[in-house]
Amino acid sequence: MALETSAPSRQPSLGDYLKANIREYGLLVALVVIMIFFQVITDGVLFRPVNITNLVLQNSFIVIMALGMLLIIVAGHIDLSVGSIVAFIGAISAIMLVKWEIHFLIVVPACLILGGVLGAAQGYWVAYQKIPSFIVTLAGMLVFRGLTYLVLQNRPIGPFPPDFQLLSTGFVPDLLPLGDPATSLIKNYFALIVILALVGYLIYSGFRERSINQRHGTENEPFVFFLLQLIIISAVAIFLGFQLATYRGLPNVLVVMGVLIALYTFVTTRSTVGRRIYAMGGNEKAAKLSGINTERLTFYTFVNMGVLAALAGMIIAARLNSATPKAGVGFELDVIAACFIGGASASGGVGRIMGAVIGAFIMGVMNNGMSIMGLGIDYQQLVKGLVLLAAVFFDVYNKNKG
Amino acid sequence: MTKILLEMRGITKTFPGVKALDNVNLQVREGEIHALVGENGAGKSTLMKVLSGVYPAGSYEGDIVYDGEVRQFSTISDSEHLGIIIIHQELALVPLLSIAENIFLGNEMASGGVIDWRQTFARTRELLAKVGLKESPATLITDIGVGKQQLVEIAKALSKKVRLLILDEPTASLNETDSDALLTLLMEFRKQGMTSIIISHKLNEIKKVADKITVIRDGGTVETLDCHKEEIGEDRIIKGMVGRAMEDRYPKREPKIGEMLLEVKNWNVFHQQHRDRQFLHDINFSVRAGEVVGIAGLMGAGRTETAMSVFGRSWGHKITGEVKMRGQPVDVSTIRKAIDAGLAYVTEDRKHLGLVLMNNIMHNTTLANLPGVSTSGVIDERREAKVATDYRARLRIRSHSIYQEAVNLSGGNQQKVVLSKWLFTDPQVLILDEPTRGIDIGAKYEIYSIINQLAAEGKGILMISSEMPELLGTCDRIYVMNEGRIVAELSKQEASQETIMRAIMRSGEKH
Repeated sequence: MALETSAPSRQPSLGDYLKANIREYGLLVALVVIMIFFQVITDGVLFRPVNITNLVLQNSFIVIMALGMLLIIVAGHIDLSVGSIVAFIGAISAIMLVKWEIHFLIVVPACLILGGVLGAAQGYWVAYQKIPSFIVTLAGMLVFRGLTYLVLQNRPIGPFPPDFQLLSTGFVPDLLPLGDPATSLIKNYFALIVILALVGYLIYSGFRERSINQRHGTENEPFVFFLLQLIIISAVAIFLGFQLATYRGLPNVLVVMGVLIALYTFVTTRSTVGRRIYAMGGNEKAAKLSGINTERLTFYTFVNMGVLAALAGMIIAARLNSATPKAGVGFELDVIAACFIGGASASGGVGRIMGAVIGAFIMGVMNNGMSIMGLGIDYQQLVKGLVLLAAVFFDVYNKNKG
Repeated sequence: MTKILLEMRGITKTFPGVKALDNVNLQVREGEIHALVGENGAGKSTLMKVLSGVYPAGSYEGDIVYDGEVRQFSTISDSEHLGIIIIHQELALVPLLSIAENIFLGNEMASGGVIDWRQTFARTRELLAKVGLKESPATLITDIGVGKQQLVEIAKALSKKVRLLILDEPTASLNETDSDALLTLLMEFRKQGMTSIIISHKLNEIKKVADKITVIRDGGTVETLDCHKEEIGEDRIIKGMVGRAMEDRYPKREPKIGEMLLEVKNWNVFHQQHRDRQFLHDINFSVRAGEVVGIAGLMGAGRTETAMSVFGRSWGHKITGEVKMRGQPVDVSTIRKAIDAGLAYVTEDRKHLGLVLMNNIMHNTTLANLPGVSTSGVIDERREAKVATDYRARLRIRSHSIYQEAVNLSGGNQQKVVLSKWLFTDPQVLILDEPTRGIDIGAKYEIYSIINQLAAEGKGILMISSEMPELLGTCDRIYVMNEGRIVAELSKQEASQETIMRAIMRSGEKH
């Protein structure tokens, strides 16, 4: 009946597929290249077990906050206040733990709830009063920083009780003491087994997903890419797992981070809440007219960010073993940069959890590598800025070309 | 015989994988109004982009002969320099600048970077007088309606010493009064010797103004009709566009009208922004099962506002009145509740209000009913894909898969995706607001067929349209609205363009 101008459908070639998904593969390749570069230039220091452990500890809070920030950015907003929330929660937890001597099992949930309240206090203005999030959270950034100075009265508080410090500096104990840690190369068999099991599961579920897709006639990525990706991820994971196992095993923070990454990946890709956030960021009016309560959704996105920032605040306080008024200064920028390097769109509706995580690690590896090389904060900032610009340019260039 | 102003010879333009234009020929004589018609995607806009230099010389094959010479335009300013000005469908005006500032944007009357406001305003007044727009040059664009904005665009073209004016769908978003005014203006310009090319879907308008009609189909020229040599009817034009005569533009339907579905009573609504102004007064209407009910009226009559205020109070303020579904009062105070009560609203603005353009067909299809493809908040992707595949087949959405992004679909297919979304909520009454705006004749026919099929399934349809023939061709009953009131209710037998217009005019006299 109608004359349509849609292009005739044909089987997309490998090249087409690569072009369409260059962003995702590119990011992974970039991380691997950067890692190898610093491994070579630092004479192998980067991948030393102790350094890998450090890398995880140093970046965990950025990754954790990037999970929440990605949702905020996908929803079409921004949160500048997370660095100040980190400091404020650190201060409050210090007062509760050190001054009032409350047990950490009460303090941790209380601080997470408080983080949620801080997020809600900002989300209210953004969602219901329609004030741009940039302004609301800029105000929040100043207010929470000011409150931190107030409650700390300008003096750091510490040290923390040892059990609280374990949140940040502890390791999962070796539940499978197969060898004698004093003599064996592998100090922690449990860590190695867990990593191997996870890689096994990854491979199994990857193949299962493909076969189910095939049966239902859903599009699959070309097998070559699937396999290549699987090999790279598995190899990197096993290598890192092995290195960690030769040191002290799995850091507690790594476990928390891993669970959260899995949870947020699931929420963004499989849950109705995640889908609605993407739709809202893509076209808020259309989402609203489709019956989505966009105000409530925006509000809870900020609450969620507050909770994650609170968790990050406690991890940082525990790691530094003191709450200082200057904690978390500039973290919001690292977190936001991680999301944008990871392919999130500043206008909302686009972005992936894995992208933000890899983005955070790209920055983390660069920070760490440059520190080992002895480059100062000056060069680190300069390089980070240029990488951010290059990554976003890459996105824009691809979009315009395609 | 006047001389030929423009001749485009053997224009061929290829995009990767697609031949958008294939040996197109167009000949425009000085002082005529030349209409360019064809279905969406036939290549009309591409041809005009070639002409204006958006696609620079060298990126296409063929020759452009303008004013007796072969021209090679490499930018838009090259063609503007010679007096070829395009006014695009989406107006290119800056809303928060004044009329004068917009007219001289990028072409300011300035010396040494300092704008001469007195001269700018004087010149603007002259131009506004020429296009018959009675507004102060200092008025902001955002404060005047679309019809007047269109006139500002034309004034802007005049300021550039236009010789060939190209209008892309100039009346698409205008009501009939504004459209008439615009067409009259074009005929006025013709008397003064200006040449224009008009791209339009509205065949009655083309019939009214065009001297020649060139029909384009599938990227090629089909024919050029001379309106002065023979009497050209709409059916004759359609035959050229679709390649065969379309016996009937509206598919037949035997109405089987059942029980009462939606009843709205004593509906009063105040304006969303001007909160002390009552906008809708005592609206009463009803829709029965299997019935297609139309709402006719001019732009600004309050039709969209009526629909949106009923649909979860998505428009308006201080809303009072009663809504019943199957005789039972229902709560429609939020959009979610309205959907749950069995209402669906297909908006007139599918790009901004209907679709998440960057999302694919599947995600758009399920957006209003995610619980329908999920269990306790977790989406079952395979169930979702099945739903989207079913609707794609049922509504004949043309795409390479359900994973194609909505932004890459044609207007008609986008509209079908919006319809899929609402059908998946299983509504009892669908409110369709300008369901065929900006889509081509073939796709329109398909939309009408879908409407008929839904009515046959026992759903109630409330259709808002500015195209009277469309309402007359599809509806069982038509309400006429004017200035926030329902001023007439006409049965299929009573309804005609004359009775509708008379109802509007009479009600206007009373106030």
